[in-house]
Amino acid sequence: MSARDKKLELEGLTVSFDGFKALNNLTLSVDPGELLCIIGPNGAGKTTMMDVVTGKTRPDSGTARFGSGNNLLEMSEAEIVAAGVGRKFQKPTVFERLTVFENLELALAGTRSVLKTLRARISPEQDNRINEVLGTIGLSGRRFELGSTLAHGQKQWLEIGMLLMQDPELLLVDEPVAGMTPQEIERTSELLLSLAGEHSVVVVEHDMNFVRSIARRVIVLHEGRVIAEGDMDKVQGDPKVIEVYLGV
Amino acid sequence: METLWSPTKTGDRGGKWFLSVLALIAVAAPILNQAVPASSPAHLSAYGITLIGKYLCYGMLALAVDLIWGYCGILSLGHTAFFSLGGYAIGMYLMRQIGTRGVYGDPVLPDFMVFLNWKSLPWFWNGFNHFPFALLMMVVAPGLLALVFGWFAFRSRVTGVYFSIITQALTYALMLAFFRNDMGFGGNNGFTDFKDILGFDLHSDLTRVVLLITTVATLAATYLACRTIVESRAGRVLHAIRDAESRTRFLGYPVESFKVYVFVFSAVIAGIAGALYVPQIGIINPGEFAPINSIEVVIWVAVGGRGTLYGAIAGAVVVNYAKTYLTGAFPEVWLYAVGALFVLVTLFLPRGIIGLVQTRTKR
Repeated sequence: MSARDKKLELEGLTVSFDGFKALNNLTLSVDPGELLCIIGPNGAGKTTMMDVVTGKTRPDSGTARFGSGNNLLEMSEAEIVAAGVGRKFQKPTVFERLTVFENLELALAGTRSVLKTLRARISPEQDNRINEVLGTIGLSGRRFELGSTLAHGQKQWLEIGMLLMQDPELLLVDEPVAGMTPQEIERTSELLLSLAGEHSVVVVEHDMNFVRSIARRVIVLHEGRVIAEGDMDKVQGDPKVIEVYLGV
Repeated sequence: METLWSPTKTGDRGGKWFLSVLALIAVAAPILNQAVPASSPAHLSAYGITLIGKYLCYGMLALAVDLIWGYCGILSLGHTAFFSLGGYAIGMYLMRQIGTRGVYGDPVLPDFMVFLNWKSLPWFWNGFNHFPFALLMMVVAPGLLALVFGWFAFRSRVTGVYFSIITQALTYALMLAFFRNDMGFGGNNGFTDFKDILGFDLHSDLTRVVLLITTVATLAATYLACRTIVESRAGRVLHAIRDAESRTRFLGYPVESFKVYVFVFSAVIAGIAGALYVPQIGIINPGEFAPINSIEVVIWVAVGGRGTLYGAIAGAVVVNYAKTYLTGAFPEVWLYAVGALFVLVTLFLPRGIIGLVQTRTKR
């Protein structure tokens, strides 16, 4: 596969904060429709990597390309979202005083300007789309309830649902199962697996069992660079990985 | 389909009540003043008409504050700046209507300019002899100030208490500026001694009744405009900004634009309220810009219940009625009373009077 066909292509990214290199010549790529898991100990640069991809942090050097020729380093946060990169943060932040339905409505792709949102109405297609996503994330029965009434796991799903409303080509998912019950974790892996294929999904996670249950390809980060890559068994057998992370 | 996805719209029962009360005022007040003879105990005096008009103007100012504070989390502690600018705009028109009936009888210059030995009208007084121009200015002046101020503040991501503090500074600075005679707005005396508006005598009962009806109609219209905004998707974006600003930005909404728009709209409502207030009260001076006034407005909104629109208006009326009574009966206790009220409402009635009523009437 040529570089052109990659969904996301990061090359030689370096980010330093006061001399500390959060990313150190990081190179990795994501294929279309792939579900990639990124693991690594605290401070390995996982969150910084996502910050660079979403435009929150600018690297000192390197390149970041998305899809067919979008240079992420020259785009604003809003432009990157519009281009099709969706990010789910570690801490679920759904809008607590809006209903589940309204949360998804605000996440609908398209209308963003003040005057347009003032007149915006939900079209039948959009209504269908919202209902479809409600089904995907398993919250159809709670559409009229306020975000604040949801359980922790449900908030995470709602937030994934909000990402889906924007029809992203690439989903960045930061620690989706932190704090979840085993049943919720199981549902979440089903959800993420069902999303791969149609979307490229990048999951950053600490929970090894969870990663094992969903990952085909795993990348291990340490001190801002990739130290191992491959399927879960290969990665877990890698002596460097055992040393920095899995040996614990 | 509308109704399918609008569980938060409870048919706006409170709003319907509020509009009914406004309609009742618009019908009853003129009858009680014009048709009921002055000897009857049911007669509503000109003083009463003006008092109701004043409360409703305050209500409109509270509505403006609730729109940005209750729905978008922007706590402005300087909203009387916009109110006063609207008041000054109409005041300039009223001053020029006085003409030769002033103490000095100058056909063009208002009395205070003659007194200051000015020979000609400052440039910014041009046009104010035309009523439509004054109408335009009562919207443009506060709107423009809010646009420039809001654009700089929101673009620099000044939020929360920092924003509140600079709004206080804004209104304080304007107060000091308007106190200066050189500004050309009458210094500490401001404008008063108005004679007529559009040729109608401001001291006649009928003019006062018409001004009250105009106030009622404008309040209803601005209320409905705010209601339309908060129930649109833009209103839900405002909610979202209030509760999780960076999340909203991350969804791709231009948060700063939303804030600037709603802030300017709110300032315009405040300006219109001020412009309705001045002809009824008969005076505008720099004291209106005093920072304490803006803080009182926030208290009205908190007492009424923020985030409901009509609650803010109710709060303004109730608190000001109490103020009228208390400053008459026990003038020295008012400031303590309003302070205590704010503390009590914050502690025990976080959703204000409306919240209390809603809890009581919930099925």
